[in-house]
Formats: sequence, structure tokens, C-alpha cells
Amino acid sequence: MSKVLGLKCKECGEVYEAEGIHVCDLCFGPLEVALDYDYIKSIISREKIESGPISLWRYVDLLPVDSGWDADVRVGFTPLQHAPRLGAAIGLKNLYVKNDSVNPTYSFKDRPVAIAVTKTRELGYTVFACASTGNLASAVAAAGMKAGLETYVFLPADVEAGKITNAAVYGANLIAVNGTYDQLNRLCSEIADEEDWAFCNINVRPYYAEGSKTLAYETVEQLGWRAPDHVVVPIASGALYTKIAHGFREMVDVGLISSQSVRISGAQAEGCGPVAAAFAAGEQSFEPVRQPDTIAKSLAIGNPADGNYSLEVARQTNGVIESVTDSETVEGIKLLACTEGIFTEAAGGVTIATLKKLAESGDIGEDELTVAYVTGNGLKTQEAVDGHVSVSVTIDPTMGSFEDAMSSRQQADMVWSAPQVTTG
Amino acid sequence: MPTVRIPSQLRNLVDGQRKMEVASSTIRAILDELDAKHPGIKNRVLDENGEPSAFVGVYIGGEDIRFLGGLDAEVPEGAEVSIVPAAAGG
Repeated sequence: MSKVLGLKCKECGEVYEAEGIHVCDLCFGPLEVALDYDYIKSIISREKIESGPISLWRYVDLLPVDSGWDADVRVGFTPLQHAPRLGAAIGLKNLYVKNDSVNPTYSFKDRPVAIAVTKTRELGYTVFACASTGNLASAVAAAGMKAGLETYVFLPADVEAGKITNAAVYGANLIAVNGTYDQLNRLCSEIADEEDWAFCNINVRPYYAEGSKTLAYETVEQLGWRAPDHVVVPIASGALYTKIAHGFREMVDVGLISSQSVRISGAQAEGCGPVAAAFAAGEQSFEPVRQPDTIAKSLAIGNPADGNYSLEVARQTNGVIESVTDSETVEGIKLLACTEGIFTEAAGGVTIATLKKLAESGDIGEDELTVAYVTGNGLKTQEAVDGHVSVSVTIDPTMGSFEDAMSSRQQADMVWSAPQVTTG
Repeated sequence: MPTVRIPSQLRNLVDGQRKMEVASSTIRAILDELDAKHPGIKNRVLDENGEPSAFVGVYIGGEDIRFLGGLDAEVPEGAEVSIVPAAAGG
């Protein structure tokens, strides 16, 4: 018996062998991994998972690989942090933050890459590659080099300095492309068609994308084997968003929980919000954005591959897809930091700002058990908060200087640090 | 003459060719021209309404034709047209 039945076209249902392909030969529809849920149900249990590794490999029975290639690398099983102070600030009584910025390369991308690198080895490829908006670059460089694969990483030349440094340090071939993410993604699709490489988000994408669904599994397990009522997920390509929805459904399919009706809401930046715009207009398909303009560069995909599927998920689950401005994004970063002690990247700021917007509009009910997915680390996008945070005061190393500073602070009744939040 | 790069999914329709030269100068006319020589290509690239399928991107010199006027976009002499599966990235 095998848990993987093959690859199946999401559009026409054509079935393929589980190889390094991502598109249906008949209709160009995306291929997805087809799992044998009856078989998985017979071998999986809460107890088995709970006694597994402290990483996403505890869910290996639901993943399309034989076993984790390098299970010592602690990818996943990141903290699900109760967030009462953030909740109080925005009017939600039962809020959690899934802090996925503490993975080995500081973003959720280590999850799909863990699956992709394992599958790459299983399929016998010797070259590992990706088209990245920034975070994926580091995840692929780290995993590919550690696995001893020849590794190529393509990313836009204008991504944040921290993301370039992070991706470059592993010694992979790092190729900066002058152009938008969508342009380099198209270029990489053409390269993938000519070279016998495992491009993790192109020809190995069906396996790669499965890694993101572990965020849903962990949420369910960490809540004590129950699904949340509502989640807020950032949308770039829409793969994370749709796979989190898929993961909650699978928890029921394999009998780990008896039911779920999670509302899946999505977060985009206004400067690149094709899915949010289509949602607001009631459309079933999005219009691509030619020139994204947002500080949330990891969400700057103008032509999101899973954009239309994201619209479908939002409507099916009674979720909302909303977008926020750059200044709301910066406020979101600061709000999460000062209330819950988590410094997230710009995409996380988009998620928190959207969470706030949906809470204020009543789209998220104050009693709903809500989880916000914070998917990347703030040190990667320091440019986002440049000019918005600073030292409170600079003093000389004398008590007099300190006392003067404290006294002027009291006189001005100013608050040095981030805005204060009153908890309920 | 413009050149069209054929993705692997369509190469079985064109005797395995990776690149083909064409005489036409709009995307619509190029697809008609290719389809006349190799029947079936047009139906794979266009949807049932005759519009470009949501699952295929068509590019002229790397620019998405949706930003250039769609199927009626002009293809300059010597330009390279790419047909690329859309299900990638992220």
C-alpha cells in the first residue's frame, strides 16, 4: 500500500504518475498530489503523531514523501501563541498567533522546501532551484546546499538587503533578476522546461505546496485537536492560503477530528492586491497587476498562480479577502511587536493589519477562536520600518544625563517605546 | 519573422519542436497559423470562449499579452513569443 496515489489535475481530473511534473498535458491545469485517505486513516492516530518528532515530520503519514530526508533540521511545529494583548487591542477575545518566523531560515518557506528537497532526492534530481520573492531563496539555498545538491536561486534584484544576505550566505548560485517577481517566475518556468532541474515551485510544485498544509495540522493539534473558527492567512501566490484550507479538510478526511468549518480569510497589500480586488468586486477571476508597489515584497505577486482558487476558498468557507496600505502594514508590524513580542516582516504586518481591519468591521466575530499566521521574521525586512522606529533618547554614561532624560520624559509625558495597549 | 517557444506540454503536437518561426504579426493570427499546420494547438491555449486560458500565459518579449491588448497584441518582427504554463511560483 502507498499513501500517494499519483498526481491529479485540479481542473480535468486526469491522473499522472508521481513524477517531477506540475501541469496537466491535456488542459494546462495544475497538478496536485492525490493521497489515499482510506489507507492513511488506517495508519494514522493522534497518539502516533504526538509521539513523533518535534517538527512537521510528525505528520509524515500525510506528506507525499517516504520520510523526511533530514529530520534533524527542525522545520515546523512552531509556537501557537495565545495573543490576549493583541486581541484586546483589536477587540478579539480568543486570538492566537502562529509564529512561523522561527523556522531554520526564518519563514514558513522552510516547510514546503523540506518536502521539495526530500522529493528532489527521491526522484533522483541533482539540481535544486526556485523562483523566489525573497524568503524562498534562503529556504532553498539552505536546504539544497545541506543536501549536497547543485542549487540555483533566482530572486528579484530589488528585494530587501537582509533577504539577499540571508540567501547568499549558504553559498548557492544566487541569481538576481532585474524585473518583477512575475517576470522572473516566467523566466524560471521557461528554464524549467529546458533543464532537468527540480524547480521547487515549478515542476516539483505539487509536492512543495503540500508542505504548507502542515500549518493547519499544527494549529489543530496545538489547540488540543480542534479546528479554529477563523484564520487569517497572507496571500502571495495563494498556495499557502489554499493549502491551509486543504489541511483543515484533511484532518477530518483522515479522522483526526470529527468536523471543521474554519473560515479562511486572506490578507494582501493594496499595492499588489489582485485577489482582494477580485473578491471585493465579486469576480471569480482576478486581473493581474503589472507593476506591484508595496513594502510587502514577499507578497508582491501580480499574477498569482492560485489566485482564482483562493477566491473559491474564501467564498466556500465564508472568509473575506482584504487588503491594507503600506502605512497600515507598518502599524501592524509595530502592533504585533509591542503587544505580543513578535517582530514580523512586512508580510506579517499585512496579516496583522488585515486581522485588525476584519475585527473592526465585524467580519471576524469577537468570540471566534481566531488564528493569524505570521510567516516571516522582521529582521529580514528592516527597510519596512526604517524611519518608523528609533532609539528613544541618547544619553551620556553619567547619572546626571540619565536623570535629565528621565525628567524631560516625565515633563513631556511622552511614551518612548511603542504605543501602549490596555488589556481587558 | 517572430519565433514562438513551444512548451513541453505542446511539443507532441509539433513533432517535438522547441521553437518555431511564424509569419503572422498578432497573437491571434500566430495561433491560427500554428493551428493550421498543427491542428489542436489553439484549443489548448484558448478557453471555450476563445480567450487565453487562465492556465496558460502568452508573452511577447517577456511581456504578458494581457498588458498588451490580449490576442490582438502586435508581435514585432524578430520578437520572441513564449507560451508558458501558469501554474507556477509562490
